[in-house]
Amino acid sequence: MNVNLPFHKRKERLNLFQTLFGKKKNIKVSSSEMNIEMCPHCSTAIESQALKAQQYVCAQCNHHFPLSAYERIDAHFDADSFIEIYAKANSNQLSSFPDYLNKLTKYKKQTDLNEAVVVGTARIANQKVALAIMDSRFMMGSMGQIVGEKITRIIELADRRKYPLIIFTASGGARMQEGILSLVQMAKTSAALERFHQNKGLYISILTHPTTGGVSASFAMLGDIIVAEPKALIGFAGRRVIEKTLQEQLPEDFQSAEFLKAKGFVDKIVHRGSLRTFLIQILKLHSTEVKV
Amino acid sequence: MKNLSAWERITIARSQNRLKALDLIPYLFDHFVEFHGDRLYGDDRALVGGLGSFEGQAVTVLAQSKGRNLEENLSCNFGMLHPEGYRKAMRLAKQAEKFNRPIITIIDTAGAYPGKEAEERGQAEAIAQCLRLFAQIKVPVIAMVLSEGGSGGALALSVANKIYMLENAVYSILSPEGFASILWKDETRAKEAAELMECTAFDLHAKAFIDRIIEEADQGLEANPLHSIVQIKDAIRQDLSALKKMKLNVMLEQRYQKFRKMGSQL
Repeated sequence: MNVNLPFHKRKERLNLFQTLFGKKKNIKVSSSEMNIEMCPHCSTAIESQALKAQQYVCAQCNHHFPLSAYERIDAHFDADSFIEIYAKANSNQLSSFPDYLNKLTKYKKQTDLNEAVVVGTARIANQKVALAIMDSRFMMGSMGQIVGEKITRIIELADRRKYPLIIFTASGGARMQEGILSLVQMAKTSAALERFHQNKGLYISILTHPTTGGVSASFAMLGDIIVAEPKALIGFAGRRVIEKTLQEQLPEDFQSAEFLKAKGFVDKIVHRGSLRTFLIQILKLHSTEVKV
Repeated sequence: MKNLSAWERITIARSQNRLKALDLIPYLFDHFVEFHGDRLYGDDRALVGGLGSFEGQAVTVLAQSKGRNLEENLSCNFGMLHPEGYRKAMRLAKQAEKFNRPIITIIDTAGAYPGKEAEERGQAEAIAQCLRLFAQIKVPVIAMVLSEGGSGGALALSVANKIYMLENAVYSILSPEGFASILWKDETRAKEAAELMECTAFDLHAKAFIDRIIEEADQGLEANPLHSIVQIKDAIRQDLSALKKMKLNVMLEQRYQKFRKMGSQL
């Protein structure tokens, strides 16, 4: 949703966002300079430029629009400080599962990403950090071998260079097309985090909408500090599966960030607009000499 | 029995008559004593944990337990663990580490329980902590997939130096029903899905996820359990002996690398 993109591309991406995350609503995009987006939660019309300035948070109802990995980097980290690694890694050769290659190709085209996670190093208030940001537009942010491997390698890099590690999660879980080798990425990433933990590395996990299944049941829940975006869906099993098992309707706030916090599984819910300040504060409090 | 389809094996693995963990434990371990509770919330009957002797050597046993009839299944929730089951497993694993005894896990679950209370008490957190703990627990760990290995709920007890699978056991990222429902929006095509999923012991041995396949007698595991028991005992004896000879850091590195190597190309 970068406003510098040509009109048709912008519209394409908006539509994609809507189909992936929003309730199905027509987005009114006029042909003039004034572009309007609709908040999927409270239906307030918001001018695109204003929405961008608000970091894609609805001023009316506080709804956090989904962000792409690169939008998150722009929003929270020092300008031009991000150095991406393993950007070209892709899953093309990893499984002969029917239609998998077509699906990968389709998502690559739609998102300009090669996989569902972007990893690298960045600075925040000049402090170097190792960073992994999942992007749920790419096949629901599902974790296959490449996602697991990129995350494991960024954990190992953080361990070697003694950088704090920050991971933004957004995922429907393990990627079924790659079978057992997707599932074991849960164990691989958790094992790497345990080593990082034993070497006293700082890991901040930031849960964004949605964080479920195998990602929530591995690195997402292993942060020294676990932060969530407001109203993000966070859980292990899917709502429909639970409702079907129990034959009952679940309350609306079930598995929301606020619900998880009340149950004791999230340290803090941080508004997107405050996240940068929050991270800087936490990093300073972990440096040997505290100068807040 | 090597020519069965994946679906036929799934049917065998799930059958009510098949040997369950509670049947297997007395064959493998003498003087078994069960311990209860996670010391936090309650006692999950889907995870049977305790202490026993394997050929004279004390071991900690952590077994996912399915029932042999409805009554048993109601008590053990059809082998589907709540967070307190995983937390009980972690408590007993730390106890095993303290007293330096190996851990043997038995896996038989369709998956972690997808329930309201399980979510409220942190199913995801419990599984994640289990994965992390077993990655570095300082005693040898052997996992044995008895029948069904379903998803993260099974993986939580599979972070081991060696993994065995019985010949007709299956292990997969999600149930074939769930797979079919996502792929074709049609749960009834589970049989078709099963053949695509590469979930048999032979598939998983080829992918180096498991280390040994335990053969089952032609007349079936329950008709002739000793055929498999002898092999399981031989395997545990050999592997424990080798693992115990290793220096601690070598043994831990072996377990770490087993998982580190899976899907490690970029």
